Amino acid sequence: MDLRFLVQLGIIGLTFFMLINASAVLVLAERKIMGFMQQRYGPYLVGPHGTLQPFADILKLLFKEELRPKGSDKWLFNLAPLLSVVAAFAAFSTVPWGAETTFFGLLDEPVALGVADLNVGVLVIFAITSMGVYGIVLAGWASNSKYSLLGGLRASAQMISYELSYATALAAVILLAGSLSLRDVVDAQQGTWLGFIPHWYVFLQPIGFLIYVIAGVAETNRAPFDFPEAEQELVAGYNTEYSSVRFALFPQAEYINMATMSAVATDLYLGGWHGPFLPPEYGWIWFLAKVGVLLFTYIWVRWTVPRYRYDQLMSFGWKWLFPASVVNLLVTAALVLYFNA
Amino acid sequence: MPESILFYAWSGLAIVTAALVVGQRNPMYSVLLLIASFGALAGLYVQLDAPFVAVAQIIIYAGAIMVLFLFVVMLLNAPQEDHAVWDRTHPLRQPGVARWGILLAVLLVVQLASALLRAVELGQQTKGRGDVDVISSVRTLGHVLFTDYMFAFEATSILILVAMVGAVVLARREGPSL
Repeated sequence: MDLRFLVQLGIIGLTFFMLINASAVLVLAERKIMGFMQQRYGPYLVGPHGTLQPFADILKLLFKEELRPKGSDKWLFNLAPLLSVVAAFAAFSTVPWGAETTFFGLLDEPVALGVADLNVGVLVIFAITSMGVYGIVLAGWASNSKYSLLGGLRASAQMISYELSYATALAAVILLAGSLSLRDVVDAQQGTWLGFIPHWYVFLQPIGFLIYVIAGVAETNRAPFDFPEAEQELVAGYNTEYSSVRFALFPQAEYINMATMSAVATDLYLGGWHGPFLPPEYGWIWFLAKVGVLLFTYIWVRWTVPRYRYDQLMSFGWKWLFPASVVNLLVTAALVLYFNA
Repeated sequence: MPESILFYAWSGLAIVTAALVVGQRNPMYSVLLLIASFGALAGLYVQLDAPFVAVAQIIIYAGAIMVLFLFVVMLLNAPQEDHAVWDRTHPLRQPGVARWGILLAVLLVVQLASALLRAVELGQQTKGRGDVDVISSVRTLGHVLFTDYMFAFEATSILILVAMVGAVVLARREGPSL
Protein backbone atom coordinates (compact mmCIF):
# COMPACT_ATOMS: atom_id res chain seq x y z
CA MET A 1 0.00 0.00 0.00
CA ASP A 2 1.50 3.31 -0.91
CA LEU A 3 1.84 6.27 1.37
CA ARG A 4 -0.44 8.58 -0.59
CA PHE A 5 -3.39 6.22 -0.28
CA LEU A 6 -2.83 5.93 3.47
CA VAL A 7 -2.62 9.71 3.83
CA GLN A 8 -5.86 10.14 1.95
CA LEU A 9 -7.56 7.53 4.15
CA GLY A 10 -6.21 9.45 7.12
CA ILE A 11 -7.72 12.70 5.85
CA ILE A 12 -11.11 11.00 5.44
CA GLY A 13 -10.87 9.61 8.96
CA LEU A 14 -9.86 12.99 10.33
CA THR A 15 -12.81 14.71 8.62
CA PHE A 16 -15.19 12.15 10.12
CA PHE A 17 -13.58 12.52 13.55
CA MET A 18 -13.85 16.31 13.42
CA LEU A 19 -17.54 16.10 12.47
CA ILE A 20 -18.37 13.74 15.33
CA ASN A 21 -16.56 15.98 17.76
CA ALA A 22 -18.10 19.09 16.24
CA SER A 23 -21.49 17.95 17.52
CA ALA A 24 -20.12 17.38 21.04
CA VAL A 25 -18.36 20.75 21.09
CA LEU A 26 -21.46 22.46 19.72
CA VAL A 27 -23.73 20.95 22.39
CA LEU A 28 -21.44 22.35 25.06
CA ALA A 29 -20.94 25.68 23.27
CA GLU A 30 -24.67 26.10 22.85
CA ARG A 31 -25.41 25.50 26.52
CA LYS A 32 -22.53 27.69 27.68
CA ILE A 33 -23.42 30.58 25.36
CA MET A 34 -27.09 30.24 26.24
CA GLY A 35 -26.12 30.37 29.90
CA PHE A 36 -24.01 33.47 29.34
CA MET A 37 -26.86 35.18 27.51
CA GLN A 38 -29.29 34.34 30.29
CA GLN A 39 -26.86 35.41 33.03
CA ARG A 40 -26.12 31.99 34.48
CA TYR A 41 -23.25 29.52 34.24
CA GLY A 42 -24.72 26.71 32.17
CA PRO A 43 -23.45 23.16 32.82
CA TYR A 44 -20.77 23.38 35.49
CA LEU A 45 -20.53 20.10 37.41
CA VAL A 46 -19.02 17.51 35.04
CA GLY A 47 -15.33 18.17 34.49
CA PRO A 48 -13.64 21.56 34.80
CA HIS A 49 -16.23 24.27 34.10
CA GLY A 50 -18.60 21.57 32.84
CA THR A 51 -16.51 20.81 29.76
CA LEU A 52 -17.19 17.06 29.95
CA GLN A 53 -20.97 17.55 29.94
CA PRO A 54 -21.49 16.21 26.36
CA PHE A 55 -19.89 12.89 27.35
CA ALA A 56 -22.12 12.66 30.38
CA ASP A 57 -25.12 13.40 28.15
CA ILE A 58 -24.29 10.72 25.62
CA LEU A 59 -23.59 8.12 28.35
CA LYS A 60 -26.93 8.89 29.95
CA LEU A 61 -28.74 8.52 26.63
CA LEU A 62 -26.92 5.26 25.83
CA PHE A 63 -28.16 3.63 29.02
CA LYS A 64 -31.75 4.78 28.71
CA GLU A 65 -34.51 2.38 27.81
CA GLU A 66 -35.56 2.41 24.22
CA LEU A 67 -39.29 2.80 23.63
CA ARG A 68 -41.39 2.50 20.53
CA PRO A 69 -45.04 3.59 20.60
CA LYS A 70 -47.83 1.14 19.84
CA GLY A 71 -49.08 1.35 16.27
CA SER A 72 -45.88 2.95 15.02
CA ASP A 73 -44.22 1.64 11.89
CA LYS A 74 -41.34 -0.50 13.13
CA TRP A 75 -39.11 -0.27 10.07
CA LEU A 76 -39.48 3.40 9.34
CA PHE A 77 -39.32 4.33 13.01
CA ASN A 78 -35.90 2.67 13.26
CA LEU A 79 -34.72 3.87 9.86
CA ALA A 80 -35.56 7.58 10.24
CA PRO A 81 -32.82 8.68 12.70
CA LEU A 82 -30.22 6.71 10.74
CA LEU A 83 -31.25 8.46 7.53
CA SER A 84 -30.84 11.86 9.20
CA VAL A 85 -27.36 11.10 10.49
CA VAL A 86 -26.10 9.38 7.34
CA ALA A 87 -27.25 12.30 5.18
CA ALA A 88 -25.61 14.76 7.59
CA PHE A 89 -22.25 13.00 7.44
CA ALA A 90 -22.40 12.29 3.70
CA ALA A 91 -23.12 15.93 2.87
CA PHE A 92 -19.68 16.90 4.14
CA SER A 93 -17.97 14.54 1.69
CA THR A 94 -17.37 17.14 -1.01
CA VAL A 95 -16.55 20.07 1.28
CA PRO A 96 -12.84 20.96 1.05
CA TRP A 97 -11.37 22.41 4.25
CA GLY A 98 -7.76 23.20 3.44
CA ALA A 99 -5.30 23.99 0.67
CA GLU A 100 -3.27 21.28 -1.04
CA THR A 101 -0.40 20.25 1.15
CA THR A 102 2.56 17.85 1.06
CA PHE A 103 2.60 17.55 4.86
CA PHE A 104 5.99 19.29 5.13
CA GLY A 105 7.57 17.33 2.31
CA LEU A 106 6.32 13.92 3.43
CA LEU A 107 4.64 13.35 0.06
CA ASP A 108 6.06 13.94 -3.40
CA GLU A 109 2.81 15.30 -4.78
CA PRO A 110 0.46 17.48 -2.71
CA VAL A 111 -2.89 16.10 -1.55
CA ALA A 112 -6.00 18.17 -0.95
CA LEU A 113 -7.51 18.49 2.51
CA GLY A 114 -11.07 17.23 2.10
CA VAL A 115 -12.75 13.91 1.41
CA ALA A 116 -13.45 14.23 -2.32
CA ASP A 117 -13.37 16.91 -4.98
CA LEU A 118 -15.98 16.44 -7.69
CA ASN A 119 -16.62 18.73 -10.62
CA VAL A 120 -20.25 18.96 -9.45
CA GLY A 121 -19.34 19.24 -5.75
CA VAL A 122 -21.74 22.06 -4.87
CA LEU A 123 -24.67 20.16 -6.34
CA VAL A 124 -23.74 16.96 -4.52
CA ILE A 125 -23.87 18.77 -1.18
CA PHE A 126 -27.20 20.26 -2.15
CA ALA A 127 -28.57 16.85 -3.25
CA ILE A 128 -27.54 15.10 -0.04
CA THR A 129 -28.80 17.81 2.30
CA SER A 130 -32.12 17.72 0.47
CA MET A 131 -32.30 13.97 1.25
CA GLY A 132 -31.79 14.68 4.96
CA VAL A 133 -35.38 15.90 5.32
CA TYR A 134 -36.65 12.33 4.82
CA GLY A 135 -35.26 11.41 8.22
CA ILE A 136 -37.40 14.06 9.91
CA VAL A 137 -40.51 13.48 7.78
CA LEU A 138 -40.39 9.70 8.25
CA ALA A 139 -39.77 10.07 11.98
CA GLY A 140 -42.86 12.24 12.16
CA TRP A 141 -45.02 9.81 10.23
CA ALA A 142 -43.75 6.52 11.66
CA SER A 143 -44.23 7.60 15.30
CA ASN A 144 -48.03 7.36 15.01
CA SER A 145 -48.45 10.52 17.05
CA LYS A 146 -50.24 13.75 16.22
CA TYR A 147 -47.42 16.03 17.35
CA SER A 148 -44.80 14.07 15.46
CA LEU A 149 -46.89 14.03 12.30
CA LEU A 150 -47.40 17.80 12.46
CA GLY A 151 -43.66 18.24 12.93
CA GLY A 152 -42.91 16.04 9.93
CA LEU A 153 -45.42 17.89 7.75
CA ARG A 154 -43.94 21.23 8.74
CA ALA A 155 -40.45 19.97 7.98
CA SER A 156 -41.35 18.89 4.45
CA ALA A 157 -43.16 22.14 3.61
CA GLN A 158 -40.41 24.28 5.13
CA MET A 159 -37.61 22.43 3.33
CA ILE A 160 -39.20 22.80 -0.08
CA SER A 161 -39.84 26.50 0.48
CA TYR A 162 -36.34 27.39 1.61
CA GLU A 163 -34.38 25.02 -0.61
CA LEU A 164 -35.37 27.12 -3.63
CA SER A 165 -33.95 30.37 -2.24
CA TYR A 166 -30.90 28.48 -0.99
CA ALA A 167 -30.15 26.97 -4.40
CA THR A 168 -30.74 30.26 -6.21
CA ALA A 169 -28.33 32.05 -3.87
CA LEU A 170 -25.76 29.30 -4.55
CA ALA A 171 -26.23 29.67 -8.31
CA ALA A 172 -25.14 33.33 -8.18
CA VAL A 173 -21.81 32.35 -6.59
CA ILE A 174 -21.33 29.57 -9.12
CA LEU A 175 -21.84 32.13 -11.89
CA LEU A 176 -19.13 34.36 -10.41
CA ALA A 177 -16.64 31.53 -9.98
CA GLY A 178 -17.52 29.76 -13.22
CA SER A 179 -17.18 26.32 -11.66
CA LEU A 180 -19.28 23.84 -9.69
CA SER A 181 -16.28 22.49 -7.80
CA LEU A 182 -15.98 23.99 -4.33
CA ARG A 183 -12.18 23.94 -4.50
CA ASP A 184 -12.29 26.08 -7.66
CA VAL A 185 -14.73 28.48 -6.01
CA VAL A 186 -12.39 28.89 -3.04
CA ASP A 187 -9.34 29.39 -5.25
CA ALA A 188 -11.20 32.04 -7.26
CA GLN A 189 -11.35 34.10 -4.03
CA GLN A 190 -7.58 34.48 -3.64
CA GLY A 191 -5.99 37.90 -3.39
CA THR A 192 -7.27 41.32 -2.34
CA TRP A 193 -8.75 44.54 -3.71
CA LEU A 194 -6.69 47.69 -3.05
CA GLY A 195 -4.32 45.55 -1.00
CA PHE A 196 -6.49 45.16 2.08
CA ILE A 197 -10.06 44.07 1.21
CA PRO A 198 -9.94 40.29 0.75
CA HIS A 199 -11.29 39.04 -2.56
CA TRP A 200 -14.22 37.24 -0.92
CA TYR A 201 -17.57 36.71 -2.57
CA VAL A 202 -19.39 38.03 0.48
CA PHE A 203 -18.42 41.52 -0.69
CA LEU A 204 -19.71 40.86 -4.21
CA GLN A 205 -22.77 38.98 -3.03
CA PRO A 206 -23.89 40.60 0.23
CA ILE A 207 -27.58 39.90 -0.46
CA GLY A 208 -26.80 36.39 -1.64
CA PHE A 209 -24.87 35.73 1.57
CA LEU A 210 -27.74 36.99 3.69
CA ILE A 211 -30.21 34.79 1.78
CA TYR A 212 -27.87 31.82 2.12
CA VAL A 213 -27.58 32.28 5.88
CA ILE A 214 -31.33 32.73 6.41
CA ALA A 215 -32.21 29.75 4.22
CA GLY A 216 -29.44 27.75 5.91
CA VAL A 217 -30.95 28.39 9.34
CA ALA A 218 -34.34 27.28 8.01
CA GLU A 219 -32.83 24.19 6.36
CA THR A 220 -31.17 23.06 9.58
CA ASN A 221 -34.40 23.67 11.54
CA ARG A 222 -32.77 26.05 13.95
CA ALA A 223 -34.57 28.82 15.84
CA PRO A 224 -36.12 31.19 14.74
CA PHE A 225 -37.21 28.63 12.14
CA ASP A 226 -37.38 25.50 14.34
CA PHE A 227 -40.99 24.72 13.47
CA PRO A 228 -40.63 20.94 13.06
CA GLU A 229 -39.90 20.69 16.80
CA ALA A 230 -41.39 23.93 18.21
CA GLU A 231 -41.58 22.74 21.82
CA GLN A 232 -44.26 25.20 22.93
CA GLU A 233 -46.66 24.04 20.22
CA LEU A 234 -45.75 20.43 19.38
CA VAL A 235 -44.20 19.02 22.61
CA ALA A 236 -40.98 18.16 20.74
CA GLY A 237 -42.30 17.82 17.20
CA TYR A 238 -40.98 15.03 15.03
CA ASN A 239 -38.81 13.46 17.77
CA THR A 240 -41.47 13.44 20.51
CA GLU A 241 -41.72 9.63 20.61
CA TYR A 242 -38.01 8.89 20.40
CA SER A 243 -35.82 7.89 23.30
CA SER A 244 -32.32 6.67 24.07
CA VAL A 245 -29.73 6.51 21.25
CA ARG A 246 -32.24 7.06 18.47
CA PHE A 247 -33.27 10.31 20.11
CA ALA A 248 -29.63 11.37 20.40
CA LEU A 249 -29.11 10.90 16.66
CA PHE A 250 -31.48 13.73 15.71
CA PRO A 251 -29.64 16.57 17.51
CA GLN A 252 -26.38 14.99 16.35
CA ALA A 253 -27.57 15.28 12.74
CA GLU A 254 -28.71 18.85 13.41
CA TYR A 255 -25.34 19.93 14.76
CA ILE A 256 -23.45 18.25 11.92
CA ASN A 257 -25.76 19.96 9.44
CA MET A 258 -24.96 23.28 11.11
CA ALA A 259 -21.25 22.56 10.73
CA THR A 260 -21.75 21.63 7.05
CA MET A 261 -23.78 24.75 6.36
CA SER A 262 -21.12 26.94 7.98
CA ALA A 263 -18.29 25.15 6.15
CA VAL A 264 -20.03 25.55 2.79
CA ALA A 265 -20.73 29.22 3.54
CA THR A 266 -17.03 29.67 4.38
CA ASP A 267 -15.99 28.03 1.12
CA LEU A 268 -18.49 29.93 -1.02
CA TYR A 269 -18.54 33.40 0.51
CA LEU A 270 -15.72 33.85 3.01
CA GLY A 271 -12.73 32.75 0.96
CA GLY A 272 -12.34 29.29 2.52
CA TRP A 273 -8.79 28.80 3.79
CA HIS A 274 -7.43 32.01 2.26
CA GLY A 275 -6.46 34.72 4.70
CA PRO A 276 -3.61 37.01 5.68
CA PHE A 277 -0.65 36.28 8.01
CA LEU A 278 -0.67 32.48 7.65
CA PRO A 279 1.17 30.49 4.95
CA PRO A 280 -1.17 28.41 2.74
CA GLU A 281 -0.22 25.16 4.50
CA TYR A 282 -1.84 26.51 7.65
CA GLY A 283 -4.92 27.78 5.80
CA TRP A 284 -7.09 25.24 7.62
CA ILE A 285 -6.68 27.36 10.75
CA TRP A 286 -8.38 30.24 8.93
CA PHE A 287 -11.02 27.84 7.72
CA LEU A 288 -11.77 26.55 11.22
CA ALA A 289 -11.81 30.10 12.61
CA LYS A 290 -14.32 31.28 10.01
CA VAL A 291 -16.54 28.23 10.56
CA GLY A 292 -16.33 28.89 14.29
CA VAL A 293 -17.52 32.48 13.86
CA LEU A 294 -20.46 31.33 11.73
CA LEU A 295 -21.40 28.62 14.24
CA PHE A 296 -21.28 31.15 17.06
CA THR A 297 -23.64 33.36 15.04
CA TYR A 298 -26.00 30.39 14.64
CA ILE A 299 -26.16 29.93 18.41
CA TRP A 300 -26.31 33.68 19.05
CA VAL A 301 -29.31 34.04 16.72
CA ARG A 302 -31.07 31.09 18.33
CA TRP A 303 -30.99 32.64 21.79
CA THR A 304 -31.81 36.21 20.72
CA VAL A 305 -34.49 35.97 18.04
CA PRO A 306 -37.90 34.56 18.99
CA ARG A 307 -39.63 32.01 16.76
CA TYR A 308 -41.87 33.29 13.97
CA ARG A 309 -45.39 32.12 13.33
CA TYR A 310 -45.70 29.31 10.81
CA ASP A 311 -47.62 31.39 8.24
CA GLN A 312 -45.02 34.15 8.62
CA LEU A 313 -42.32 31.60 7.81
CA MET A 314 -44.12 30.51 4.66
CA SER A 315 -44.99 33.99 3.40
CA PHE A 316 -41.47 35.24 4.18
CA GLY A 317 -39.91 32.34 2.26
CA TRP A 318 -42.10 32.63 -0.81
CA LYS A 319 -42.90 36.34 -0.99
CA TRP A 320 -39.62 37.91 0.11
CA LEU A 321 -36.70 35.51 0.20
CA PHE A 322 -37.32 33.71 -3.09
CA PRO A 323 -38.02 36.85 -5.21
CA ALA A 324 -34.98 38.52 -3.64
CA SER A 325 -32.77 35.56 -4.55
CA VAL A 326 -34.11 35.47 -8.12
CA VAL A 327 -33.44 39.20 -8.59
CA ASN A 328 -29.99 38.69 -7.07
CA LEU A 329 -29.29 35.88 -9.54
CA LEU A 330 -30.53 37.90 -12.53
CA VAL A 331 -28.46 40.97 -11.61
CA THR A 332 -25.39 38.80 -11.03
CA ALA A 333 -25.87 37.04 -14.36
CA ALA A 334 -26.20 40.38 -16.19
CA LEU A 335 -23.09 41.78 -14.51
CA VAL A 336 -21.02 38.65 -15.18
CA LEU A 337 -22.09 38.77 -18.82
CA TYR A 338 -21.23 42.49 -19.04
CA PHE A 339 -17.78 42.22 -17.48
CA ASN A 340 -16.79 38.99 -19.22
CA ALA A 341 -17.85 40.19 -22.68
CA MET B 1 -15.39 -6.70 -14.35
CA PRO B 2 -16.45 -4.47 -11.47
CA GLU B 3 -18.15 -1.99 -13.80
CA SER B 4 -20.62 -4.50 -15.16
CA ILE B 5 -21.25 -5.86 -11.66
CA LEU B 6 -22.13 -2.33 -10.56
CA PHE B 7 -24.30 -1.87 -13.62
CA TYR B 8 -26.29 -5.04 -12.89
CA ALA B 9 -26.55 -4.10 -9.23
CA TRP B 10 -27.95 -0.62 -9.99
CA SER B 11 -30.31 -1.78 -12.72
CA GLY B 12 -31.46 -4.75 -10.64
CA LEU B 13 -32.18 -2.43 -7.73
CA ALA B 14 -34.01 0.03 -9.99
CA ILE B 15 -36.21 -2.70 -11.51
CA VAL B 16 -36.98 -4.51 -8.25
CA THR B 17 -37.86 -1.33 -6.36
CA ALA B 18 -39.94 -0.04 -9.28
CA ALA B 19 -41.87 -3.33 -9.36
CA LEU B 20 -42.38 -3.16 -5.61
CA VAL B 21 -43.76 0.39 -5.91
CA VAL B 22 -46.74 -1.10 -7.76
CA GLY B 23 -46.89 -4.32 -5.76
CA GLN B 24 -46.94 -2.56 -2.42
CA ARG B 25 -50.20 -2.05 -0.50
CA ASN B 26 -48.90 0.72 1.78
CA PRO B 27 -48.63 4.00 -0.19
CA MET B 28 -45.97 5.29 2.22
CA TYR B 29 -43.69 2.38 1.34
CA SER B 30 -44.47 2.90 -2.35
CA VAL B 31 -43.19 6.47 -2.17
CA LEU B 32 -40.01 5.37 -0.39
CA LEU B 33 -39.37 2.57 -2.87
CA LEU B 34 -39.81 5.03 -5.71
CA ILE B 35 -37.13 7.22 -4.10
CA ALA B 36 -34.85 4.17 -3.92
CA SER B 37 -35.55 3.50 -7.58
CA PHE B 38 -34.58 7.08 -8.48
CA GLY B 39 -31.42 6.67 -6.46
CA ALA B 40 -30.50 3.54 -8.41
CA LEU B 41 -31.12 5.41 -11.67
CA ALA B 42 -28.78 8.16 -10.45
CA GLY B 43 -26.17 5.46 -9.88
CA LEU B 44 -26.58 4.36 -13.50
CA TYR B 45 -26.10 7.96 -14.68
CA VAL B 46 -22.87 8.20 -12.70
CA GLN B 47 -21.68 5.05 -14.46
CA LEU B 48 -22.53 6.68 -17.79
CA ASP B 49 -20.12 9.51 -16.90
CA ALA B 50 -22.97 11.98 -16.47
CA PRO B 51 -22.60 13.12 -12.85
CA PHE B 52 -24.56 16.30 -13.49
CA VAL B 53 -27.61 14.36 -14.68
CA ALA B 54 -27.27 12.03 -11.70
CA VAL B 55 -27.18 14.89 -9.21
CA ALA B 56 -30.03 16.69 -10.97
CA GLN B 57 -32.04 13.46 -10.75
CA ILE B 58 -31.50 13.31 -6.99
CA ILE B 59 -32.14 17.02 -6.38
CA ILE B 60 -35.27 17.33 -8.51
CA TYR B 61 -36.95 13.94 -8.20
CA ALA B 62 -35.77 12.46 -4.93
CA GLY B 63 -35.21 15.75 -3.13
CA ALA B 64 -38.11 17.93 -4.22
CA ILE B 65 -40.90 16.09 -6.04
CA MET B 66 -40.92 13.06 -3.77
CA VAL B 67 -40.99 15.27 -0.67
CA LEU B 68 -44.22 16.74 -2.04
CA PHE B 69 -45.52 13.22 -2.75
CA LEU B 70 -44.70 12.22 0.80
CA PHE B 71 -46.46 15.34 2.08
CA VAL B 72 -49.64 14.39 0.21
CA VAL B 73 -49.52 10.72 1.22
CA MET B 74 -49.02 11.67 4.86
CA LEU B 75 -52.07 13.93 4.70
CA LEU B 76 -54.14 11.20 3.04
CA ASN B 77 -53.79 9.11 6.19
CA ALA B 78 -54.22 5.88 4.23
CA PRO B 79 -51.88 3.21 5.58
CA GLN B 80 -53.73 0.52 3.63
CA GLU B 81 -54.99 0.57 0.10
CA ASP B 82 -58.61 -0.53 -0.35
CA HIS B 83 -59.04 -3.94 -1.90
CA ALA B 84 -60.91 -3.79 -5.15
CA VAL B 85 -63.93 -6.04 -5.48
CA TRP B 86 -63.36 -8.25 -8.52
CA ASP B 87 -66.80 -9.21 -9.71
CA ARG B 88 -68.51 -9.13 -13.11
CA THR B 89 -69.86 -5.62 -12.52
CA HIS B 90 -66.42 -4.06 -11.89
CA PRO B 91 -65.86 -1.29 -14.46
CA LEU B 92 -62.49 -2.72 -15.50
CA ARG B 93 -64.15 -6.04 -16.35
CA GLN B 94 -66.43 -4.59 -19.02
CA PRO B 95 -65.65 -6.00 -22.49
CA GLY B 96 -65.00 -2.62 -24.12
CA VAL B 97 -62.55 -1.50 -21.44
CA ALA B 98 -60.71 -4.82 -21.55
CA ARG B 99 -60.29 -4.70 -25.32
CA TRP B 100 -58.96 -1.13 -25.35
CA GLY B 101 -56.72 -1.94 -22.44
CA ILE B 102 -55.18 -4.88 -24.28
CA LEU B 103 -54.66 -2.71 -27.37
CA LEU B 104 -52.93 0.01 -25.35
CA ALA B 105 -50.76 -2.54 -23.56
CA VAL B 106 -49.65 -4.08 -26.87
CA LEU B 107 -48.91 -0.59 -28.23
CA LEU B 108 -46.79 0.20 -25.19
CA VAL B 109 -44.80 -3.04 -25.51
CA VAL B 110 -44.17 -2.39 -29.24
CA GLN B 111 -43.05 1.17 -28.54
CA LEU B 112 -40.75 0.07 -25.73
CA ALA B 113 -39.24 -2.69 -27.86
CA SER B 114 -38.61 -0.37 -30.80
CA ALA B 115 -37.09 2.29 -28.52
CA LEU B 116 -34.78 -0.29 -26.97
CA LEU B 117 -33.72 -1.62 -30.38
CA ARG B 118 -33.02 1.91 -31.58
CA ALA B 119 -31.00 2.60 -28.46
CA VAL B 120 -28.81 -0.45 -29.20
CA GLU B 121 -28.34 0.78 -32.78
CA LEU B 122 -27.46 4.32 -31.65
CA GLY B 123 -25.09 2.95 -29.06
CA GLN B 124 -23.18 1.04 -31.74
CA GLN B 125 -23.06 4.10 -33.99
CA THR B 126 -21.65 6.40 -31.34
CA LYS B 127 -19.25 3.81 -29.93
CA GLY B 128 -15.68 5.07 -30.06
CA ARG B 129 -16.65 8.59 -31.01
CA GLY B 130 -14.74 11.21 -29.07
CA ASP B 131 -17.55 13.69 -28.51
CA VAL B 132 -19.79 11.26 -26.67
CA ASP B 133 -18.33 12.12 -23.29
CA VAL B 134 -19.25 15.80 -23.63
CA ILE B 135 -22.36 15.25 -21.53
CA SER B 136 -20.11 15.01 -18.49
CA SER B 137 -19.33 18.71 -18.69
CA VAL B 138 -21.97 21.07 -17.32
CA ARG B 139 -20.71 23.85 -19.59
CA THR B 140 -21.22 21.81 -22.76
CA LEU B 141 -24.54 20.54 -21.54
CA GLY B 142 -25.77 24.09 -21.03
CA HIS B 143 -24.40 25.16 -24.39
CA VAL B 144 -26.16 22.33 -26.23
CA LEU B 145 -29.37 23.01 -24.33
CA PHE B 146 -29.45 26.68 -25.33
CA THR B 147 -28.40 26.21 -28.98
CA ASP B 148 -29.35 22.86 -30.54
CA TYR B 149 -32.31 22.13 -28.28
CA MET B 150 -33.42 25.74 -27.80
CA PHE B 151 -36.94 25.16 -29.10
CA ALA B 152 -37.58 22.06 -27.01
CA PHE B 153 -36.19 23.83 -23.95
CA GLU B 154 -38.35 26.93 -24.35
CA ALA B 155 -41.44 24.92 -25.26
CA THR B 156 -41.02 22.87 -22.09
CA SER B 157 -40.67 25.97 -19.94
CA ILE B 158 -43.84 27.47 -21.43
CA LEU B 159 -45.63 24.17 -20.79
CA ILE B 160 -44.53 24.23 -17.16
CA LEU B 161 -45.57 27.88 -16.84
CA VAL B 162 -49.02 27.02 -18.18
CA ALA B 163 -49.32 24.17 -15.69
CA MET B 164 -48.26 26.49 -12.89
CA VAL B 165 -50.80 29.17 -13.84
CA GLY B 166 -53.45 26.44 -14.06
CA ALA B 167 -52.59 25.22 -10.57
CA VAL B 168 -52.81 28.74 -9.18
CA VAL B 169 -56.18 29.30 -10.86
CA LEU B 170 -57.54 26.00 -9.52
CA ALA B 171 -56.26 26.59 -6.00
CA ARG B 172 -57.39 30.20 -5.78
CA ARG B 173 -60.33 30.86 -3.53
CA GLU B 174 -63.05 33.17 -4.71
CA GLY B 175 -64.07 36.02 -2.48
CA PRO B 176 -62.07 38.46 -0.34
CA SER B 177 -58.49 37.48 0.20
CA LEU B 178 -57.24 36.64 3.67
